[in-house]
Amino acid sequence: MSVWVTLHPLSPGAVTIERLFVGTVVVLSVLFALVVALGVYAIIKYRDRPGAAEPAQEFGSRRLEIGWTAGAIVVVAALMVFTASATIAVNPPADANKPDLRIVGHQWWWEIDYPDSGVMTANEVHIPAGKRLLVDVEAADVIHDFWVPELGRKIDAIPQHPNWIYLQADRPGTYLGTCAEFCGPEHAWMRIMVVAQDQADFDSWQTAQRAVPPAPGSGLAAAGAQLFREQTCINCHAIAGTGSTAKVGPDLTHISTRQTLASGAAINSADELFKWLKDPDSIKPQSHMPNFQLSNEQVTELVAYLEALK
Amino acid sequence: MSTAVGSLTIPRPHAERTGLLVWVASVDHKQIGIMYMLAALVFFSLGGIEALLMRIQLAVPNNHFLNPDTFNQLFTVHGTTMIFFVAMPMLAGMTAYMVPLMIGAKDVAFPRLNALSFWVMLFGGILFYLSFFTGGASNAGWFAYTPLSEPGFSSTNGVTYWICGLLAAGVGTVTGAINMIVTIIKLRAPGMTIRRVPLFIWMTLVNSFLMLAALSVLNAALVMLLIDRQFNAQVFAPAFGGSAMLWQHYFWGFGHPEVYIVILPSFGMISEVIPVFARKPIYGYEFVAGSTVAIAFLSFGVWAHHMFTVGMGTVLDLFFGAMSMTIAVPTGVKIFNWTATLFHARIRFTTAMLFAIGFILTFTMGGLTGITFAVVPIDYQLTDTYYLVAHFHYTLFGGTVLAIFAGFYYWFPKISGRMLSERIGRWHFWLTLIGFHTTFLVQHFLGLMGMPRRVFTYPDLPGWGLLNMISTIGAFILLASVVALVLNLYVSLTAGEAAGDNPWDAWTLEWATTSPPPPENFTRVPPVHGRRPLWDLAHPELNDERVAAAAEA
Repeated sequence: MSVWVTLHPLSPGAVTIERLFVGTVVVLSVLFALVVALGVYAIIKYRDRPGAAEPAQEFGSRRLEIGWTAGAIVVVAALMVFTASATIAVNPPADANKPDLRIVGHQWWWEIDYPDSGVMTANEVHIPAGKRLLVDVEAADVIHDFWVPELGRKIDAIPQHPNWIYLQADRPGTYLGTCAEFCGPEHAWMRIMVVAQDQADFDSWQTAQRAVPPAPGSGLAAAGAQLFREQTCINCHAIAGTGSTAKVGPDLTHISTRQTLASGAAINSADELFKWLKDPDSIKPQSHMPNFQLSNEQVTELVAYLEALK
Repeated sequence: MSTAVGSLTIPRPHAERTGLLVWVASVDHKQIGIMYMLAALVFFSLGGIEALLMRIQLAVPNNHFLNPDTFNQLFTVHGTTMIFFVAMPMLAGMTAYMVPLMIGAKDVAFPRLNALSFWVMLFGGILFYLSFFTGGASNAGWFAYTPLSEPGFSSTNGVTYWICGLLAAGVGTVTGAINMIVTIIKLRAPGMTIRRVPLFIWMTLVNSFLMLAALSVLNAALVMLLIDRQFNAQVFAPAFGGSAMLWQHYFWGFGHPEVYIVILPSFGMISEVIPVFARKPIYGYEFVAGSTVAIAFLSFGVWAHHMFTVGMGTVLDLFFGAMSMTIAVPTGVKIFNWTATLFHARIRFTTAMLFAIGFILTFTMGGLTGITFAVVPIDYQLTDTYYLVAHFHYTLFGGTVLAIFAGFYYWFPKISGRMLSERIGRWHFWLTLIGFHTTFLVQHFLGLMGMPRRVFTYPDLPGWGLLNMISTIGAFILLASVVALVLNLYVSLTAGEAAGDNPWDAWTLEWATTSPPPPENFTRVPPVHGRRPLWDLAHPELNDERVAAAAEA
């Protein structure tokens, strides 16, 4: 995984931005070096020496003023030309209207759905590598912002104001991103994971996600399924086959196939899931997931049920 | 006691008042100026403590020193405090103190209004801080984006206190601006035409118009948000047909001019300090003044560069990008002129001058990273990351705060009658400069590594912990610099060398009276035949206008 994610572009849009950034930084560094060199030269050369008289009084030079004003205008005009072409290149056309992917920001998780296949998931965006997807970014409550630095620009998720971006990863891999607009107490743990896969892997993932997981017949998992319905979990979370389509919290249909819990606040393991259900605040304080004061036995049953949702 | 002189009753002179009443009942611009500065210093300490608490929380990944809500209150209060209750009152105080002296006036045009401006600001600040005792301060950020600041998403009264505190301070700013405009237009000494006023006065005049327009936008928007919160008006509530983005347009319609509101007076102070310690007049006076007017107008056409990620569309994004780049030109012109003033000079490295030189270098960096945000796609990538946090601290701390220190070391002898220690001053300067760059330089890199701002903690990704730790260490060096400043103030006020009227051999009118000045400011205002009246007194044959005319011929 790259450390300098903004300088490690893996999509055409991100490449455009990275080149523009490097070029701009070079130009501006030259300007900065110029100011520093002039300043340092002046403060060394013209420092006060004992016994020196008042220097000659000078008031400026119209020629120099016009010269450096014109110079500055030329620099920003040139930057603006590159800015305009890059801006047009990275944004989808204004009449974009058929999304491949819809991403909705919630306090503090991401709802992800694939309109063509009907797959619903959360927090982990799977995409086929090398393919440019058109994404519709929306918000359910307050303003959020979808940002995966290696894959390009960020875009705000604003209630009642759908935004559109291109999402593409040139090669398979896992790319981390984050909500980039302050959205309340748990803004820090509203992270994003994009998993880019070969087309074949993506297709099989999508097929698996579309399947309805079988209801557990007996044992711990069956007891957990019972609790899921009784303990009001079902009022907020959807699981295909249970009849719930609620979107207050993330869809859990295939929860055990995801790598993290609570939008990246913890890795997805039976232990962490246990802690999360027992005391959500221990993992993500002030999230909207309530503490139901479940007994250890109840939590164990729920974990067994959720772990079985593959 | 009134004294009867014939049939006239002469009011009791203010000097007879005793104790706190001398200050509380004062309408003297110098006392009001000092109170502004003291209030700003107290709020600066509070804002600094908030910053240190945040830096402790962020020193290591996955930290539990503060809970998320406390952290969010702290960054909200830190930002609000530093802008509205530190930078603005400090500059208002220096302006209130210095403007009448620099133009040869006895006081501001409306002394009672001046007192009102100060007291409503102070009560606004106190009201805002009281929210900590009412269940929590605002946790919606200093920008209070809707709908997060609407009642559905903020359960305490913090945002309401924030609104009321800012409204009070905003009223003070607007009345203060009116006062300064009238003072500068009407009360200049005979001979001081508008082309002869010191550049600090130029900047203050332009800035006052800026405040008048910008704060009015904020005050109106705050009232709308207040009505939303108290009476469910839903102006900014998208779920009920309001617009979340409208608030952003209003807020940044104020917010970007605001950036210039806290930097223009700083430019003014730098333009006073550099010439005096370079022993030369400012290079290109007309261009420094004219570029200020250009900045003021352009500053109202750049607000939406704070909103490139909201999805305004390519055309609007590019318009505001182009405007933002344009505003860099007059700013650059100023930097070139300050640097040119240093050429062929005889530079005296007083603490004030050190801060001014530190300002030029640091502010230039902040200005240049600002240009990277006008390059729209770079903003798409880097806005709302620590790269942005670094950028604006380079302009607001590296710019405004360093300039305020330059002006403060320059004018303190006039205000107190005593010199500050140059030795402790140099310590203060170097600790500030090193502490500042240690804290904020690495934040550019954190942004490039993908760290978003306004997070109470962060995952343990490679490099993040180390750079955050460096930043936290820098913040504590800054704490040491503040200790040096306070020590310097204490030493100076208790045992400082007497300043005399004009310790720096400066040229503007405030140095033509005693230090501190008498209540009526001047016993006699020297004649004004040019931009530097005291230079003319010492060198009548070398009057600037005569020399310039001779050079032209």
